[in-house]
Formats: sequence, C-alpha cells, structure tokens
Amino acid sequence: MVASNPFAELSALIPPAVMQAYVVLMILLVIGGTLLDVMHKKSAKYFFERGQTLKKLAKREVSSAEKIRLGVSTVANEVLASGEFDNPDRRRSHLFIMYGFVIFVVTTGILIFGLPAAEGETAILVPLLWHLGALMICIGGYWFWFKIRVDVRSEGHQWYDVHLSDLFIVSLLMMATFALLWSLLESVVGGLLADIALFIFIAAATTLFSTVFWSKFAHMFYKPAAAFQKKVAKADGSRDKLPDLPELTDPLVKQRYPDIPEYMGDNPPYMGLGIKREAPNHY
Amino acid sequence: MPTFVYMTRCDGCGQCVDICPSDIMHIDTTIRRAYNIEPNMCWECYSCVKACPHNAIDVRGYADFAPLGHSVRVRRDEEKGVIAWRIIFRNGSKDMDLLAPITTKPWGKHIPQLADVPPPSQEMRDSQLLFNEPKYIRLDDGDLHTLESNGLKMKEGVYY
Repeated sequence: MVASNPFAELSALIPPAVMQAYVVLMILLVIGGTLLDVMHKKSAKYFFERGQTLKKLAKREVSSAEKIRLGVSTVANEVLASGEFDNPDRRRSHLFIMYGFVIFVVTTGILIFGLPAAEGETAILVPLLWHLGALMICIGGYWFWFKIRVDVRSEGHQWYDVHLSDLFIVSLLMMATFALLWSLLESVVGGLLADIALFIFIAAATTLFSTVFWSKFAHMFYKPAAAFQKKVAKADGSRDKLPDLPELTDPLVKQRYPDIPEYMGDNPPYMGLGIKREAPNHY
Repeated sequence: MPTFVYMTRCDGCGQCVDICPSDIMHIDTTIRRAYNIEPNMCWECYSCVKACPHNAIDVRGYADFAPLGHSVRVRRDEEKGVIAWRIIFRNGSKDMDLLAPITTKPWGKHIPQLADVPPPSQEMRDSQLLFNEPKYIRLDDGDLHTLESNGLKMKEGVYY
C-alpha cells in the first residue's frame, strides 16, 4: 500500500491531465491568495516603512555580505528549524507539519505529473515519501490540536469545538488524514468507502489552498521577512528601538549606573531563571 | 496607554496571557499570536511587556494624551537581574538608555522560611505591629508614632 502510487489507480477514473490541471489551479490559488493577503494586510508596506524607520536609528551600515550571512542564518534557523518558537512542543509540532506538508505537496506533484506511468515502472521511494509526508502532517497536526490548541484554557475551547479560525489546521488535517485513509481503503477494500475518502481528500485540499486569504497559510511568506528584519535591526545597532543590555562588570557601565555595583556587588552573580522557570500554561 | 503586539515578533508562547492581571492578553485563534482583547481595560502595568521573551509587546499612548512618535521600550533580563529601558523622544534625537537592578539575590533561592521562625509571644500578639514585620518598615524601634506620642491633638475643621 505505502509503496504504490495511489494516483495511478485513480487515473482510470480521472484523466491525468485533469489531475495535473487541478494541481496547477491550486498553485495559482495559493499565489493569488497570498498576494491578496499581502495587499490586505499591507505587509510589504509595513516591512518597508519599518525598515526605513529603523535605518534612521541605525548606528552603523550593514554590508551586503553581512546581509547575505543574516539571510542564510534566517533560513537555517528560523525557516528550516522553526527557531522562532520558544515552546518546544510548539516547535516540534510545527516542524512535523512543515516538513510533512512540503514532502506531501512535492511528492503529490511528482506522482501526478509522472502519470501515466510507463509499463513496468514502479517507483517505490516517491509513494513512500508521499505517505510519510501525510503521516508527519497528521502527527504534528493532531499534536497541535489536542495538546496546544485545546490547551488555551482562557478561551475555553474543547477539542471538539471547531471555529472558522481553525480553517487552516482543520482543512490541512482532513487533507492528510483522508489522503492516508483513501490510499489504505483503495488498496484494501476499494469501492464506495475509498471514493468517499477521496472526495473528502479533494474537498479538504481545495479548501486549504483556496482559502489562503482567510487562513494563516500566508504566514510562511512574511515570517521569514520578519525574522530577517529583526536580525538586521540587531546588527545595525537600531535594535528595533529596544535598549541595550550591557555587561554589568564593565567599569563604564558601573560608572554610568552606580545602582548596579551598590546593590548587586562588583561582580553580580548569575541570577538564574525567574518567571521563565516554568513554561506558560496557566491560561 | 494600552498594550499592543508586534505580530512579526510574537511567537504565541503565552507568557503575556499567563501574567496579565486583567486577563486581557489572549492568543488569536486564527494566527496563533497574542493580542490585547480589551485595550481600554489595560492599566499599563507593563507586566506583559516585561515578560515577553521576544519583546513583541509595546505600549502606545492615547493620541490626545501622549505625544505620538515617542518610544518607551523595555528589556527585562532575569539572568542578569537587571531591567533596561530605552526612551526615544518625540523629536527623534533624544535617545536615552536606563539600567536598574531588579534583584540582588538569585531567583527563588532566598524565600523566607516562615515555618522555622519562632511563634510570636503574647506581648507581640497584643502589639499593633504585624507578625515578623521587617524593621525597615517600622517607624522606630519602639511603638508606632501617634498624634499623642508626638504631642499633637486632633483639631476640628479646616486649619493651616
């Protein structure tokens, strides 16, 4: 089951050209939805204006080579490793969903555009990755749904409460879950059950990719931009209008802020973690 | 002067939700980032601003009250035990940094062990002072200051 291309059998029912057109349409919907989102939220304008404001406060110029280095570190840390998240649960769940989604989408494209498969050609790796991607989305997504989203006690959301704001995660989870179910049912029993699973899979995928404007799907485009701008603001000395935290043992600091040596001693000890000793979970 | 959240810095960790004494910091259900649900109920305690590990929360003055264009930002470093403020004036040229200690001892290591303190004597119970009241909040080493002990009398009416 996991090593066979589920779209190969489907091609008897739906011509490969239709499937390929559907994939292209989904890509266009994502691009369109993201552009609408950028226009509606004025994200590009915001980043530009913020960049200009911080430039005025900059203490030094950041060279192009340094900007490239910061860009690479943003990709390595924030994009590929979800380094933004402090909460380890959230980070793991996000990594599962993100990598699962990328693998699932890329392999879906390869499987569908590889149709019709040549006689005797049986690629095992790609279908295997397709199933793995869907499974990873399910692991990360259900982890998020039952552990993190439901944990927001201040909102009083139960696991079975579904709101319009859950459009993204619910459609993503339905897509991955029913993709796996469809593949399983098709290879085991087939018939009506497999068709129902396929219908829900297609409906969920269409919902996911066509509702970018109303969901948080577009975050993948502006979050890296925000992380990069944060790094540049640190490098150029503007620090996003935040204060500097100097070394407390520096004689100049002691002279400027005499309260530090008076109350904390000449060599202030490491104070350990205060409120950060426990993860926030009382809400 | 209600708080607001820079969506680009927030990661939705929930520290502000945990700490807000008015329970008005919430996580947005769509984008999973924090926001102030009721800005007019915010009493500017700055708890969330200081607790935010990403410095994603800022405070904005009402336009008719605080001059626009200024910036007051804070970073609370627990490990160093200090708090730093940066105040940028409305004219954009005055940029002021401040630094102050917030603790003199490591966090959670010097909690008073009240169970080990001897119980109060009858004389202490009859006194007006609180149990184990630190000396530094007492007005003197003896009893409380009163009008009588200071040779004063309560007068009627308004007088200068």
